[in-house]
Amino acid sequence: MDRHPPPAPPLLSLAGVSKSFGTVHALQDVSLELRAGEIHALCGENGAGKSTLVKVIAGVHRPDTGHVEVGGRPTAFGAPADAQRAGVAVIYQEPTLFPDLSVAENIFMGRQPLRRGRRIDRRAMREAAEGLFARLGVHIDPDRPARGLSIADQQLVEIAKAMSFDAHVLVMDEPTAALSGVEVERLFAVARSLRDGGAAVLFISHRFDEVFQLCDRVTVMRDGGYVSTDPVAELTVDDLVHRMVGREVSALFPKQEVAPGETVLEVEGLGRAGVFADVGFSVRAGEIVALAGLVGAGRSEVVRAVFGVDRHESGTVRVAGTTLPNGRPAAAMAAGVALVPEDRRQQGLVMEMSIERNATLTRRWSLSRLGLLRRRDEQRAAAAWAERLQLKAGRLSDAVTTLSGGNQQKVVLAKWLATEPQLLIVDEPTRGIDVGTKAEVHRLLSELAGRGIAVLMVSSELPEVLGMADRVLVMHEGRITAELARGEATEESVMYAATGQEGRAA
Amino acid sequence: MGPEVDDPTTSAAAAPPERPAPTARVGAVGSAGSALRSLLRTREASIVGVLVASVLGASLMVDGFATGRNAGFLILDVTAIALIALPMTLVIITGEIDLSVASTLGLTSAVMGQLWVAGLPLEAIVPLCVLLGSALGALNGLLVTVAGLPSLAVTIGSMAMYRGLAYVVLGDRAVADFPFSWTGGATARLPGTDVPWIALLIAVLAVVFGILLHATPVGRSLYAIGSNDEATRFSGISVRWTKLWLFVVSGTVAAGAGVFWTLQYGSARADNAFGLELSVVAAVLLGGVSIFGGRGALVGVLAGVLLLGTIRNALMLADVSSDVLDIVTGLLLVVSVVLPTTLARVRERRPRPAPPS
Repeated sequence: MDRHPPPAPPLLSLAGVSKSFGTVHALQDVSLELRAGEIHALCGENGAGKSTLVKVIAGVHRPDTGHVEVGGRPTAFGAPADAQRAGVAVIYQEPTLFPDLSVAENIFMGRQPLRRGRRIDRRAMREAAEGLFARLGVHIDPDRPARGLSIADQQLVEIAKAMSFDAHVLVMDEPTAALSGVEVERLFAVARSLRDGGAAVLFISHRFDEVFQLCDRVTVMRDGGYVSTDPVAELTVDDLVHRMVGREVSALFPKQEVAPGETVLEVEGLGRAGVFADVGFSVRAGEIVALAGLVGAGRSEVVRAVFGVDRHESGTVRVAGTTLPNGRPAAAMAAGVALVPEDRRQQGLVMEMSIERNATLTRRWSLSRLGLLRRRDEQRAAAAWAERLQLKAGRLSDAVTTLSGGNQQKVVLAKWLATEPQLLIVDEPTRGIDVGTKAEVHRLLSELAGRGIAVLMVSSELPEVLGMADRVLVMHEGRITAELARGEATEESVMYAATGQEGRAA
Repeated sequence: MGPEVDDPTTSAAAAPPERPAPTARVGAVGSAGSALRSLLRTREASIVGVLVASVLGASLMVDGFATGRNAGFLILDVTAIALIALPMTLVIITGEIDLSVASTLGLTSAVMGQLWVAGLPLEAIVPLCVLLGSALGALNGLLVTVAGLPSLAVTIGSMAMYRGLAYVVLGDRAVADFPFSWTGGATARLPGTDVPWIALLIAVLAVVFGILLHATPVGRSLYAIGSNDEATRFSGISVRWTKLWLFVVSGTVAAGAGVFWTLQYGSARADNAFGLELSVVAAVLLGGVSIFGGRGALVGVLAGVLLLGTIRNALMLADVSSDVLDIVTGLLLVVSVVLPTTLARVRERRPRPAPPS
């Protein structure tokens, strides 16, 4: 293997890369250099733009401005295959292998060694796979099917695949999230041997201990922008946290002060194996309680279980004193619970239906007379909410697909507010919507709490959590690890609890 | 072609055109001009147009088509299809399918014959048979909703199973000694006309199903389930419960059609209505219901049933063999599935929306 002398150009660099989706700026003027023989950490909150950056490197997204350079030459990746040809490989958190093909077949998918008559040379393929695993220093049988491999082993298969086409830039997107301690150590050993072989590894992780243990340099991103790059040895955990969150809680959050009333929601010992455990909390009328934590901490799963879309295995959910039956959304609605779900397009709206039909879907029965729905009643009800939420739409009989993300979210809100809930659960209420509409949604939530509705909000955006919430519950790996009053909650204290760094004061 | 050209309605968005309106404008009094125009652009309108054209064409070209007597026969001929197509429309709109209907009809007919041989009065046999249909439908429904199996697989299985059971019950015998008061009564005409009374029942049921589908909260949820069952579940609608009931209704109506079929032809046989499920599905899809669920209207289906009946009746009068009739039915089925998809694809290709993210 050839070793690059120190002054060689970086293996891969991003220069001034920006990428927008509609009005959302996912990346703004980000630069990054990956040198041969280094493991480079990428840190940032949820929504800081890490995933978009990875997708630009992988050739999934094409940058709006700026460019990607490989070995000092600007390149334009039109498709993931281009990136692969240029020697860039991405190992995702949960690899997607073909479960019924053998490990060797997965590694050489589309590039199988052939022998006479264009038949696949199985022996050559197996030997090549064995050679790759030997270089990685791991033992996986190339002939076994991929089905049933642990996630750690699947990642190793992906890494072997990357080595088979001589990838010298490896991007690992939160690879350790689902691994056990031993598996993490083995992955680290592989990453170090790749580094020592002259490759560049970009390592994305929420776990600071891993960053400090494994990486040589660390780049921090925030709000889609580049913040800093430093050698890991020159930073402390506190420096890192500060750089990740350091910003003002802006005037985007018009919080009304409300004296909380009766307890509306009581959750006790809620659990489902492998997803969340022993979750207990309460929400009072007029209160906004935020459920914070990293993606995958189990927050959405908890609120879905509360609403009854998913079943839970243990624990109880009580609304205004009465216990809700398990797994019955209709019963939760009757008790005055509303859930604005995380995935607007898949869970919140029936995209093919019209705006008015979506807005009235939750109260078909209350709008009907003698069991019949009259079009005019539906139109009137939908129009009233459209006006209240200042929906920007052409005709209400148009399909919801014609609306912008922010206005689609307003339709979901209308659909649920129209049921006159006493508990409103909102899951990522402002994800993917423009700044102006965000502020409107925040004002609306604040106003609803002011009128005595209990609000439970799942959010990955710390400023939103801190700006809106009276209390913050922080989840980490399926459990509530901290409950912070408005006064105690700071970006640091929430981040510490969310990353499982217990017992540290901010 | 540039991104924003010609017709403002088509360039409005990435949403496939022709989609927003057709669901349930039927019967509702829209706001004049624009509503009428979008009504005329729907698939239901085109299928009604095709129906009118075929009736006119057949009247001009086929001797004996345009008589009241023949119209009566035509209606009796499509009665079973029309009855079963009503619940089938609802089933397909939720994105499911019930292919066991013809076998349910056959099994009902066989059981009816056997019970008659056993000496039960028809007054008792008929309700028992209809109940049997509900049970057969419930079995389908439970397999789809509780076991979570795809209805295509479930009802292909029960299609074979119910037909097999029919042979177990009656063998290849035929029971044909039903009293004339019942068999003749089944095909009786409304006094003073050539119209069979069953046409009236079909009309009443069509109105009931039409109102259920287009003007009730239940109907609304059927469209939502067919378009996106996850969002529907998140809206507090029990998707499983709804689907279970649809299969029960489908089985019940198929059994009712089985009773009628047996009396109409005066013969209970295990192979009654063999292959009829294809005609039913063809009529429903021909009527503009999407095989993928979420779209369709009952008027279109009624027009589809009549169109199928008209074509078959005209060909029969023109002495075309029954094999050819089956080919025509199959062809109509394929065309009704392929045509809308192709049209949608052609339309999508025309105005190019913003580049994919």
